[in-house]
Amino acid sequence: MNHIELHYSLQKGDFKLEVDTRIPAVGITGVFGESGSGKTTLLRCIAGLEVPTNGDLRPVHQRRIGYVFQESQLFPHLTVQKNLEYGRRRNPDARRSIAEFASILEVDRLLDRSVSDLSGGEAQRVCIARVLCQEPQLILMDEPLSALDTRRRSNMLPYLDRLHAETSVPIVYVSHNIDEICRLSDHLVLLDNGKVVAEGCLQETLARIDLPQLSGENAGAVLEAKQSRYDAEFDLSLFEFPGGELWVPGRQDTTIARLRISAGDISLSRTSAESSTILNILPAVIEETVAETASTQLVRVRLGASFLVARITRRSLHELKLQVGDNVFAQIKSVTVRY
Amino acid sequence: MDIAPLWLSLQLAFVTTMLLIFLGAPLAWWLSQSRSRWQPIVQAIVAMPIVLPPTVLGFYLLIVLGPEGAIGSWWVRLTGDTLTFSFVGLVIASCVYSLPFAVQPMQNAFESLSRSQLEAAWTLGASKLDAFFSVIVPLSLRGFISAIVLAFAHTLGEFGVVLMIGGNIPGESRVVSIAIYEHVETLNFAAAHRLSLVLILFAFVILLGMFLINRRWQSR
Repeated sequence: MNHIELHYSLQKGDFKLEVDTRIPAVGITGVFGESGSGKTTLLRCIAGLEVPTNGDLRPVHQRRIGYVFQESQLFPHLTVQKNLEYGRRRNPDARRSIAEFASILEVDRLLDRSVSDLSGGEAQRVCIARVLCQEPQLILMDEPLSALDTRRRSNMLPYLDRLHAETSVPIVYVSHNIDEICRLSDHLVLLDNGKVVAEGCLQETLARIDLPQLSGENAGAVLEAKQSRYDAEFDLSLFEFPGGELWVPGRQDTTIARLRISAGDISLSRTSAESSTILNILPAVIEETVAETASTQLVRVRLGASFLVARITRRSLHELKLQVGDNVFAQIKSVTVRY
Repeated sequence: MDIAPLWLSLQLAFVTTMLLIFLGAPLAWWLSQSRSRWQPIVQAIVAMPIVLPPTVLGFYLLIVLGPEGAIGSWWVRLTGDTLTFSFVGLVIASCVYSLPFAVQPMQNAFESLSRSQLEAAWTLGASKLDAFFSVIVPLSLRGFISAIVLAFAHTLGEFGVVLMIGGNIPGESRVVSIAIYEHVETLNFAAAHRLSLVLILFAFVILLGMFLINRRWQSR
């Protein structure tokens, strides 16, 4: 598989960015980190908007790297159509038609509009379409949904899925929202204080419990699952994943889904509680445990080829004498479905 | 009516405005973007003609542009003519005198642009020069129009500097403000009225036009 090399070092006041890694040249690479961890600075180095002390020194306009900013940066003196043409006219190798990209993001009906008449979501869609029309070799997205409200944000996500499915351009997606990252990325780069602290395939990296950046609210695993059945009587959908099955409330109109299970929504027991109200009780093996806080412990369990992360109290760990290699039952209280 | 001084003034204002837009735009851009410690110093020098009496400017321009001066002597060697008391000399003097009126509106317009919009243009494949003409200039159009109107009107009303370095040579340096002054001095009030009224009307129309354009753009 082809890779994109990322080697940048940059000193900016007290902050130092020191990145030395490679990411796959396909799919979406999520870059996750707290604000101030250097996510945007890394993107700006890749684009050439910051000049790093080492690394690529070509001028920005020769790089063919598309950049989607946090807030739409459409040109207000041009119509939507002219905005879409702007980058494309400057790339002599552009082959595909504007209409093709406009339809992926459903901006075809906005072409004659003035930029000032667009809603926030529409403007951001046009921005993404404009970057696509330029036919870049790599697309950088800097929290493209952060300027939108929750409803518009969830409306945008299907477009990003389509983008993923219908184009082969690799995307680097920066966010401090773990849900967005879980939903969209295939690969994960974890950034902290200007350095890459972890990097790898999304599922495996999220299942790590030794990283402080993935503790607290961010602790939890993602399963790649397939819907196998819908139970109309109780309105439940059954999802299969490599290592088990999970019931999810409601009818889910998707076949392939990502299921996100937060560490706090899993409890562990030695025996299978037959008369429990919890629907999903799955046999698992303890792989690793790490103290999270003075009172809590993160436990990684394996179910076949998949992993889950559970948060339990240190007292329970002690009382149940849980140890690596033990067989336990993971009781899953709730599952978030991410298409 | 005394049409020749009016015509000369219009020519002077036109040439000066053109030069100031082309030379002033890069200067205004630098002033708007630079974080150099020289920036405030250059900024102050550019603004000087607003506060200095035209006689002071005219006095030093006379020395520099005169046949013994740094620029004037070079000009004499190059062309055989003196710069002072010539149209070219007036153009140079007007450029200095009206510089802040052209640079400041452009600089304000450049400062109000968002940096990200410029960066978006670069990432879309536009070189710096390309982005300047395809994004910065269209988005700063109001600043450019203000600069053109103010530089033009200001040059048209120039008096003290012309008097110091241009004198009163018909067809060469006898601009409309000098002509009015001379008509008043010789008590030819009727001729002074005619030229003055033309200038008043002109100033009103040009300023009204500018404010109307600004208002239409604001409501958009």
